[in-house]
Amino acid sequence: MLNPDLHLNTQLFEVDCAKAPTRDGFGVGLEYLGEHNDDVVVLSADLSESTRCDGFMKKFPERYIECGVSEQNMALVAAGLGVCGKIPFISSYAVFSPGRNWEVLRTTTVYNNLPVKIAGHHAGIVTGPDGPTHQATEDIASVRSWPGMTVLVPCDALQAEKATIASADINSPVYLRFSREKTPIITTQETPFEIGKAYAYWVSEKPQVLIASSGHMVYQALAAARILEKENISSTVLSLATIKPLDKKTIIAHAKTAKAIVSVEDHQIEGGLGGALAELFSKEYPIRMGYVGLKNTFAESASGTDLLRQYGLDALAIACEVKRVLDL
Amino acid sequence: MEVDSAFLQEKGQIIRGHIIEMLAEAGSGHTAGSLGMADIFAVLYFHVLRHNPQNPFWEDRDRFVLSNGHICPVQYAALAESGYFSVEELKTLRKISSRLQGHPHRTALPGLETSSGPLGEGLGQAAGIALAGRMDKKSYRVYCVTSDGEHQEGSTWESVLFAAKYRISNLVNIIDYNNIQISGFVNDVMPLMSLREKYEAFGWQVIETSGHDVPEILQAFEFSKNIIDTPTCIIAHTIPGKGVSFMEGKYEWHGKAPNTEEAKQALVELNCSSI
Repeated sequence: MLNPDLHLNTQLFEVDCAKAPTRDGFGVGLEYLGEHNDDVVVLSADLSESTRCDGFMKKFPERYIECGVSEQNMALVAAGLGVCGKIPFISSYAVFSPGRNWEVLRTTTVYNNLPVKIAGHHAGIVTGPDGPTHQATEDIASVRSWPGMTVLVPCDALQAEKATIASADINSPVYLRFSREKTPIITTQETPFEIGKAYAYWVSEKPQVLIASSGHMVYQALAAARILEKENISSTVLSLATIKPLDKKTIIAHAKTAKAIVSVEDHQIEGGLGGALAELFSKEYPIRMGYVGLKNTFAESASGTDLLRQYGLDALAIACEVKRVLDL
Repeated sequence: MEVDSAFLQEKGQIIRGHIIEMLAEAGSGHTAGSLGMADIFAVLYFHVLRHNPQNPFWEDRDRFVLSNGHICPVQYAALAESGYFSVEELKTLRKISSRLQGHPHRTALPGLETSSGPLGEGLGQAAGIALAGRMDKKSYRVYCVTSDGEHQEGSTWESVLFAAKYRISNLVNIIDYNNIQISGFVNDVMPLMSLREKYEAFGWQVIETSGHDVPEILQAFEFSKNIIDTPTCIIAHTIPGKGVSFMEGKYEWHGKAPNTEEAKQALVELNCSSI
């Protein structure tokens, strides 16, 4: 069942459950920061509307910097602002930032541990009809190995807002990953959120499997837990908004109550959440693992829903993977 | 202010001596570009920049950004001569636990505003620093040194566009136009054609100067201070390897350090004490 202690959205599995894209939460978070933190500046590379910087832009034009279609320069200007005490948020599609400007970010922001926040939008195959050129599915892998990074993948628009606001307090680089599609609102304002913490959104008395998920896939993981419950397979679903640094203590404590782990993400398995968890468990607590995510392939153009089904990322696919690792 | 050109010229020569000594000691590094920019760095650190070696993080200091970080020996020498650290420390270049990284690292050494080495990344950061100054109503100026070769990087031109759009007039880009890069002459590897016309077309003010005639360099910087509504580009025509006969104009010395024999000969030519 949904963890009753975390004030999750009880309407989650209803047909008319509220939905919003996580990018919306980013936009709301930016406006909050604009009002409460004079050091926050926002830079966009000609994508202010679709990356939801437009609200900040209208309210705080003197702290909004339009960079044009120049993701490398956007990262450079942000680094320059960062060394002068500003808290720059740079916003683009994740394939371009931190994709195209990866080395610029590495040399200028990450090597210098500057408080630049990299907002990567249109992440995952759920981006849909624009096709694989615009579906970032390697971005977590590309930033996760950077020393000192914080990597955040919020599960819904509300958590995206909280993550955006909390990221400004971290005096080092942060990667924030957002998706384009409307996905169910899983949490409420009262749901706890802290960077670096994992939360069990679905709990069972004697869980057979631990499903660890991040981003909008937390919904698919919860839907899978519900399917499995009907088949008398009990599970825990961990919501991992922070992929780096991992909340090792919580994750391992939950793993110890289960027979196997399944990672669930809208990203390539290699180097993503699945990779991160495999690194953790192989060292700290060897346990059988299964993986749901993109398996060494690009997707294609289609609706997000069709793509999740086609590429084995929906709730049914998760339930199948759980049964596989449990030898059921 | 009374300017002692002879003093600045001499400082340039002292910096060249340090460059040869530190590179010979390190056994690797970039000699030609470092020597070619010694006079400009002498003018910057001993006349143009408002800075305080005893207070490197003074918030009203002018900012200096080295974009082509591989010529850092010239900056390290200028910093040491200015009093940021002892000239003895120059000998630690590229060695274990040194603050003098092979390419400059901002958090390793006071006096550095950025980390650099990967090309095409200084100008955009300098623009960001200049914009922050404008936002904070500071009067500091930002001086950036770029190489001619790094104008082959697309990111450089992104930054040129950006600085023009925002009329970042407290920004000066000094281009080290020495016509060499690692694998040959710039005009052979990838010709840049007229940088002056390019910068002017992008909306910058352009000044051209010799990179070695101190009074002319001083005049260029003085002129740049009067430009109040666009960024300024100073194209400095430099001779790579300047001051050492067997290095001058030779691209082969772009990424090579002198051996002991070559260093001795170079120091004799530079009238510096031998190592």
